[in-house]
Amino acid sequence: MSDATGLLASFDYLDDAVDSIKDLRKAGFSDDLTAYAAYPDHHIEHALGYGQSPVRVFTLVGGLTGTATGFAFPSFASMDWPLITGGKPILSIPAYVIPAFELTILFGVLSTVIGLFVLSRLPNPTPTVVYDPEFSAGRYGVYVRSGARSDEARTILEKYQPAELREGSDA
Amino acid sequence: MATLTESQRRGAQTHPDLTEHSEVNRDVLAILSRPGKGWWALLTLALLGVGVMLGSWGWQIYRGIGVSGLTSPVGWGAYITTFVFWVGIAHSGTLISAILFLFRAPWRQSVYRAAEAMTVFGVMTAGLFPLIHVGRVWHAYWLIPYPNQRFLWPNFRSPLVWDVFAVTTYFTVSAIFFYLGTIPDVAAARDQSTGIRKKLYSVVAMGWRGTDREWHHFGKAYIFLAALATPLVLSVHSVVSWDFAMGIVPGWHATIFAPYFVAGAIFSGVAMVITLAVPLRKVFGLEAYLTTKHFDALAKLILLTGNIVFYAYLTEFFMAWYSGEPPERQMFWNRLFGHYWWATWIMLTCNGFVPIMLWFKRVRYSIPALFAISIFINIGMWFERYVIIVTSLSHEYEPFAWGVYRPSLPEMGIVLGSFAWFGFWFLLFTRLLPPVAIAELKEVLPPKVRRMKSDSAEA
Repeated sequence: MSDATGLLASFDYLDDAVDSIKDLRKAGFSDDLTAYAAYPDHHIEHALGYGQSPVRVFTLVGGLTGTATGFAFPSFASMDWPLITGGKPILSIPAYVIPAFELTILFGVLSTVIGLFVLSRLPNPTPTVVYDPEFSAGRYGVYVRSGARSDEARTILEKYQPAELREGSDA
Repeated sequence: MATLTESQRRGAQTHPDLTEHSEVNRDVLAILSRPGKGWWALLTLALLGVGVMLGSWGWQIYRGIGVSGLTSPVGWGAYITTFVFWVGIAHSGTLISAILFLFRAPWRQSVYRAAEAMTVFGVMTAGLFPLIHVGRVWHAYWLIPYPNQRFLWPNFRSPLVWDVFAVTTYFTVSAIFFYLGTIPDVAAARDQSTGIRKKLYSVVAMGWRGTDREWHHFGKAYIFLAALATPLVLSVHSVVSWDFAMGIVPGWHATIFAPYFVAGAIFSGVAMVITLAVPLRKVFGLEAYLTTKHFDALAKLILLTGNIVFYAYLTEFFMAWYSGEPPERQMFWNRLFGHYWWATWIMLTCNGFVPIMLWFKRVRYSIPALFAISIFINIGMWFERYVIIVTSLSHEYEPFAWGVYRPSLPEMGIVLGSFAWFGFWFLLFTRLLPPVAIAELKEVLPPKVRRMKSDSAEA
């Protein structure tokens, strides 16, 4: 929807928030919903119909890059200055397992974090556009970008007696 | 609020005294707004200690590494001992935050933030010691493989280079893990603070709003980070142990070293968690969050790892005898009855015998007793590394090369100052970041519902 205005409801009770999300999705607002909670609540995730998070792709790619780097870099460095130490071969693959192991984890973690930031759109420089400080304390929030259909959305949200209902804009 | 004995009786729930999500915010965020006199006193003490450390280090930089007691044959002494000690301390934080997260241990929520902070500051402290130990600290960057003008590279067959990889990875990963975990809690602090604190927290929280999208990816990312941190924590102390085990020094060259060191690291780290959590709980009134049940669980971890450590001690002695190698046998006899007999007996008493008391439930439920035992273990684990490093190096193969090492005054200043350095960061942490994980605590509390039963909410 091009219109970036909508309604922000705060609920005291979890089931009110979850049921309003379900009703809003039935009414065709699936792509215009944002839910807020102070902790990761799987009822809300379930009501919104989430699938698998693509963060895992970032983790896998990062980890494999790390493994490859961890073997390639010590191999290159050893061959670049071929000095025999301790009577071991120049390419001592078993010894490189350790840098490879550590870099697998390091690159995997860094790439997971990048994935998290990209996917959840952090850092978010204007966090207060559609937000209420109560959401980090205990209330549950549901924002619906209703645009022209705001009356319809308001009826659904009011059915569940929100503690607060106000208009907002995420433009 | 119910009394503690009552909450023990209703022990089924992890946090029987808490019912509302907003109570968690109230109690935890209150900590951030109370700078007591005691805190300032401790901070002053810590700064004094840091001053002693920097002064001693400065003296060593000015005069050279000769001001330490390090000389042939003992080239590794109190610095490497303290390095291993602090890396070990760090380990239990990752155990509690990552491994117990994967195992879904419900009691970890209350302690894990403090334990993670301990990890980050522990590695920060440990990381100073290789720099101190190399003497010419301005050349410390030679540890890192970088393309230099002579195209010289470090020796990747050396355990010391593995250690650089392991410890830098560990520091980076534990700092990221710690920071990510605090983001939602800092957002909660941001929403309830004003003025300069609000600005600071806004930057740290990076605009976290707790939307479904954020939580969805956050949850997955957190699981992956925990899954990556778990093998990492086991690998780091294994690599540290190979710094020794790869050398053919009697008392070092043993295959048992990796599991022995990892168990010892967790053993010492959990003891340090108790040492820090007891005053934290008392000073900030967190009795409802850190119940005796939590301390019981920590004590059981000490009991498990302590038994592994004690078993490893006995195995070392047995293997020395069973190997029939005169230098090995000599070494272990020397440990018990030689020049450093007192260090070995401190180690055996503090790590082997004192924790036996934890078999008794009454001891595990007594906070003062646990605190005392945890101090014993902290001391004992420092001496364990001292025994491993110093007795072995002072008493190698050739009797004419034997020698005695004694830490010098600047060395002792640096070692003691490292505790102040660690304490300084930990004190700042308790005032600036929520020391108990707010969001994760809310996850285990039953949500407020109007129609559904909270049991069906689990489905």
